[in-house]
This record gives sequence, structure tokens and C-alpha cells, in this order.
Amino acid sequence: MAFGPHLLLATLEGLVTSAVLALMALGLSLVFGVMRVVNVAHGEFFMLGAVLAWAVTTTLGGNPALGFLAALVISPLIVGAVALLAERLVLRRLNYNPESTIVATIGLLYIIQQLALTFYGPDARPVAAPFNYRISLPWFGYSGYKLSIIGASALLLLATWFVLTRTRIGLVMRATQYDSETAQAFGIPVDRVYAGVFALGAMLAAVAAVLIVPISQAHYLMGLDPLLLSFIVVIIGGLGSLRGTVVAALLIGVSDGVISVFFSPTLAKIIATLVVAMVLVFRPQGLFGTVRR
Amino acid sequence: MRLSDTGRHSAGIVKFGWNIKKRGTGMSSIIRKSISRRTALKGFAATAGLVAGPGFVRYSQAQSSAPIKIGFQAHKTGIGASYGRWYEKTTNAAVKAINEAGGINGRPVEIIVEDDGTDPGRGAEVIGKFANQHKVDVAYGTLFSHVVIGSAPAAGENKLPYYVVSEGHHVASTKLNRYVFQPGITDVKSQIQAMAPWIASNAGKKVTQIFPDFAFGYDHRDYLPPALKAQGADVIAQIAIPPTESSFTKYFPQIPADTDVIYHVMVGPAVLTFVKELGEFYGSNRPQLFGFIDSLEAVDINSPGLEFLDGSHFWEGSPRYAQPDDTDAQKAYRAAVGIDDNGASVDDPKDISTAAHMFGCWETLYVIKKAMEDAGYQGPGDRAKLVEATEALTEFAEGPEHPQGPKTFNGKIHQCFGVQNISKLEGGKLNVVHKTSIEDGLYEPEGDYTTQPL
Repeated sequence: MAFGPHLLLATLEGLVTSAVLALMALGLSLVFGVMRVVNVAHGEFFMLGAVLAWAVTTTLGGNPALGFLAALVISPLIVGAVALLAERLVLRRLNYNPESTIVATIGLLYIIQQLALTFYGPDARPVAAPFNYRISLPWFGYSGYKLSIIGASALLLLATWFVLTRTRIGLVMRATQYDSETAQAFGIPVDRVYAGVFALGAMLAAVAAVLIVPISQAHYLMGLDPLLLSFIVVIIGGLGSLRGTVVAALLIGVSDGVISVFFSPTLAKIIATLVVAMVLVFRPQGLFGTVRR
Repeated sequence: MRLSDTGRHSAGIVKFGWNIKKRGTGMSSIIRKSISRRTALKGFAATAGLVAGPGFVRYSQAQSSAPIKIGFQAHKTGIGASYGRWYEKTTNAAVKAINEAGGINGRPVEIIVEDDGTDPGRGAEVIGKFANQHKVDVAYGTLFSHVVIGSAPAAGENKLPYYVVSEGHHVASTKLNRYVFQPGITDVKSQIQAMAPWIASNAGKKVTQIFPDFAFGYDHRDYLPPALKAQGADVIAQIAIPPTESSFTKYFPQIPADTDVIYHVMVGPAVLTFVKELGEFYGSNRPQLFGFIDSLEAVDINSPGLEFLDGSHFWEGSPRYAQPDDTDAQKAYRAAVGIDDNGASVDDPKDISTAAHMFGCWETLYVIKKAMEDAGYQGPGDRAKLVEATEALTEFAEGPEHPQGPKTFNGKIHQCFGVQNISKLEGGKLNVVHKTSIEDGLYEPEGDYTTQPL
């Protein structure tokens, strides 16, 4: 294959990875930024989103597009509810202590994963894409649905940005992130903000999963890789920074695509890990993070 | 610290060590709180009790009427879980049949299942547990090659006969040890050699291989090129894919444009993505495809996205779909395990079996039965006799005990050789189009286990 089309394929692949990664990492970043909780179970919320998408589409049957749209709404809502429950029952009772919550979310990870294995089973199950359109380029074919993921993700990111910067809810969240004690003193129900943010973070992971599931099936172990990549993105971008998360997701996604296509996927992972190490050494707050007071 | 004292505490589970008085006062409350020697001892005692507990349970020595205990190392969790579930169903069906017919040497068979998490480290632990805690007579049932390779040394150290149903070449390579057998399913090297002539003459001469980047994939990587070379065909590219990969389009540009046949062996949950992306990449203008059904075991062949495979060919150990020429033994086996004509569970048509492999569990259990009867096996003291009796086996006739077909067994390399099926996917079904003979798959032994001490 000639260099031009080869690069085009690499970039497309990279953009799809970035699109999903940005949504997922944003959820992780938001939870850490506002609550100071490192949510190790984030990948399992992603998995749960995909598994529920399968459940919703199979229960509804009929037109795949309708089933998919229903899953896009229902699955994140259920995942959000599960996250809310976990936040109320576990994280709040630990007073959001950073160390305890890491251990607690590791526990949550195993609980969700094993419940999925018990009730959903060990098989990878497919979800039909809402539409099947193969874009036929002169050199290779490409999935139209994959391209639409990039668009959908961009829209969702814009919506999140709008909520965070232009609405009252976003203002309250940012105030809590900036200084939770002062926010509380000003009458902001920090406790409820935490609950909302944790649910929102999980919902972002679930949405990312619903978008990706038609091209990668629902499987009970699918949460681990995206979790690691999200951590990489969040560390590079700067914890709690929306802009940093999106830029880092693009950086990691596209470079992963290009390096994987031209060299090897293993090299791409090596380089991503090296970048993380370099960022931690030379700019521990991340590319766009601010130094904590 | 005198460990003998701690035994007294282990009867009940002592409340766990130190209490943290103030909850959530700060991040290092656990560290800051001083721990008294006494509380620490209590903690140790409780832990020691938990660890030692199961060891105190007395496992009765095998007596003449006590069951024969077979330790089943099952992939209940991890990437092998789909296989594990069906291996377990097949095992239960075979044990039921064996017990209804009077058991082994007049004793009932009892299966003890331990989950290995499809993980080599845990696999070795499970073997140790079988040998020392459950005191089973033999261990059995592993599929994934890395788990077999990881567990084999433990079986050798414990002198525990270990009958795997793995399909990999590692047993027959004679790189493992004298206690490891594969008498129920043909190894990959033999399968490849038997099918290479068909691939070269029916699919094409220029072959690109796509395989998983671990032991099972390496068997394909190493044995396909010479097998094809002998038939005047060539492997022109080999693409290794990490087993945890979830997206494949990025590998496809490596497939040379003049490829006649893509030979694909993918194992793991991502196979549907692999096929779908291959379909999007090539569209209707694709090379021939030849695959190992391993990729699609437990997967509905009519899943969305798999239309692309229509008209392609697969290796199958035992056919998933009922074939017109099925023997009575095959029909009885399918009924006993509980799969319908489409290879799905009779209870749930969406629950697709791992039919191409799981017959190996059924047949292996009957080989264990035969070897135990030949050896006059009484209990763990007779394990060496059992190894020798297994090595003395040479042939398994097709029939209710060996429904997949006739097999020969080479006691020097602990490996059986049977017929292989090549099936074409057409009309949403896999139809067998070619059956290899046992002779097609025979090769020169690479070593001899029987020279190793018992």
C-alpha cells in the first residue's frame, strides 16, 4: 500500500481511538478533579455500559438503529445509577479518603466484573451497528460507522464543555473542584455535587462503551485496556483539565494509530508509556494541569 | 514468635487485629496507630488459621469403593471462560455416562473442579492443590497452551498424571515431562500437516498468516510454512497479533496485495471485530480465507458482521453442525452433551458450544478409564503404573467412547492422532467438505518421554 493511503488509514484508526478515549478519560479526569478520587473501577463502568447496550438491543430487538439509540440513552442512565449507589454506599462512607477510595474502587472493579461474568457470561457478544455503510476508497474500505463515532464523540465533548463552563451546574462543579471547603461555606451542597460528578463520570464511560460496542463486542474483561489508556491520557493531559484530556487523547490516539500501522502496536504502547514517564518527571501536573496549592 | 501457639486461635476466626478507632481522620491512620504485639499476634494467628484451615480437613484415603477423583483444571474465568464452560458440560456428561456404566474398576468417578483463571501461574497452583490437598488420582482438562506449559512442571514435580485437552504441540514436542498426556485431541502440528495439501490445491499458493502472539500461535507460525512448502505453496507474510488486541484494521496494510489465501487463527473475545474489520477493509473483493474454528468457538456463525466469512473454509476437530453422515456414536455423544443440530445448547439455541474441541474431554476421560483398567489402578500409589499403562495404548477405535473418529496414540510422545475436518461456511452452516486421514497428520517423533524416569 502506498504511503498516502497508508497514512490516511493510520490517522482514521487513530481518530476513532482518540474519540472513545477522550470521552472515557474525561470521566476519569472529572471524578479526580472534583472529588480527588482515583476511580480504578472506571473501566468496569465502561464494560457495564457495553454489556447493558447488548442487553437493551437484544431485549428490544427490531431495527438495529432504534435499539442502538435506546441503548445510547438507557445504558448510561443505568450505569450512572449504579455509580450513584456505589458513591453513596461506599465512597461517602470513606469520607473520600484518597487511599481508602483506591482500595474501595479496586473492590468495586472485581465486584462489577464478577457480577458481569455471573449474569452475562464469559462470551463476547456483538451489538449490531445502527447502520452499515462501507466507505469504499480506491485503496481500502472503511466503516462509515467508525467515522460517525468521531462525530458523535466530538458532539458529546462539546456538550460536556458547555455544561461545565456555561451552566450553573458546571459552575458549582468547578467551584467544588477549586476549593471544596470554601464552596461548602458558600452553601454549595458539596456532598451532592460529589454524587453527581461520580455518576456523570461513569456515564461518560458508558456512553463511550455504547459507541464502541458495535465494532468491538461486549465482553466482561473489556474494561482493563481502556482504563490503562485513560490513566495515561489523564496523566499526560493533567488531572482535572478538560482541554488537557482532549488534547492528550488526540495525541495518544493518533500516535497510537500511526505508530501501530507503520511500525508495531507494541512500539506504540512503549512510546505512550515513555511519554507518561517523561511527563511525570518534567511536568508532573500534566501538560495542561495547574499546580495544586 | 512461637507458631505452635497460634494453632489455638485458628479454631474460630479470631476477630481481625487492630481496630482503627477514629474513622476517616486522615490518610495514614493505619500507619500512625501503633500496633501492640498482642494484637499483631492475633492478626497473624487469624491469618495462619485461614491459610492452614483447609489442610486440617481430613481427606479419606482411597478405598476400594471410594470414588476415583479426577481434578479438572477448568478455565472458569479469564479469556478461556467460554471454552471452560463447555469443557465442563462435556466432562459432566462423560462422567455421568461412565458412572452409569459402572464407573472405573467398579468405582464411581468424581470430578473436582478448580478454576485456573486461564492463567499459567494459577494453573500451577491448581495442580499443586489437586496433588496435595484434594489428593486426586489424576489431573485433567486444560485447554489454553500457556496454562498447560505453566502447569506441566507442577504435575511432574508432584508425579501427578496430567491429561490435557489443549490441541497445542507442546505435549508432543516432548519438551514437557513424562506425566503430561494429550490422548483426546490431535496436536496443531499434525492438524496443519494434514490440511496443508488441501489448502495448497484448493485455496491458493500464496498464503498470509495471521496468528496470536503466544504459544498456540507460534505452533501455527512454525509448522505451516514447512507443511505448505512441501505442497509447493508459500507463506509470504506472517502477522503476529497481541492476544489482548481489540482493533485490527491497523494490521491489514501488512497483508501483501498478491495474497491468495489469508490463514487466520485468532483466539479470544475480539474475533468478531477481526472478521468485521477484515470485511470492511476488503469488501467483496477478498482473498480466500482459511481459518481455525478456534476463532469462532462459542460464537454464533450468523452474528452480525460475520457475513464476510460466507464461503470461507475452516478447520474443525469435530463438526459443530450435525452432518448427514454422522455415526450413531456421534449422535449419541451430541445428545449426551446436550447440543442440537446447530451445535447450540438444547436449552438455549443462542448458547453456542465449542464443539470442535470439547469432544476431546469426552474422549480423554475414556482414555483415562481404559488406562486405569489396564493398570489395575487402585490409588495414588499406582500413578506410575497408570503412566506406563497410558503409554502402552496404541489405538482408539471409533465408537461411543471416541465419537470424533478413530485415533492412533504414540506412547513415546504422549500424543494421539485423528482425522481432521475442513468445513465450508455456506448458507449459515458449516458443512464438512474434506476429511483428512490419520496418516496425513503423522510426523517423525521429536523425542521420547518413556526414557525419562518415573
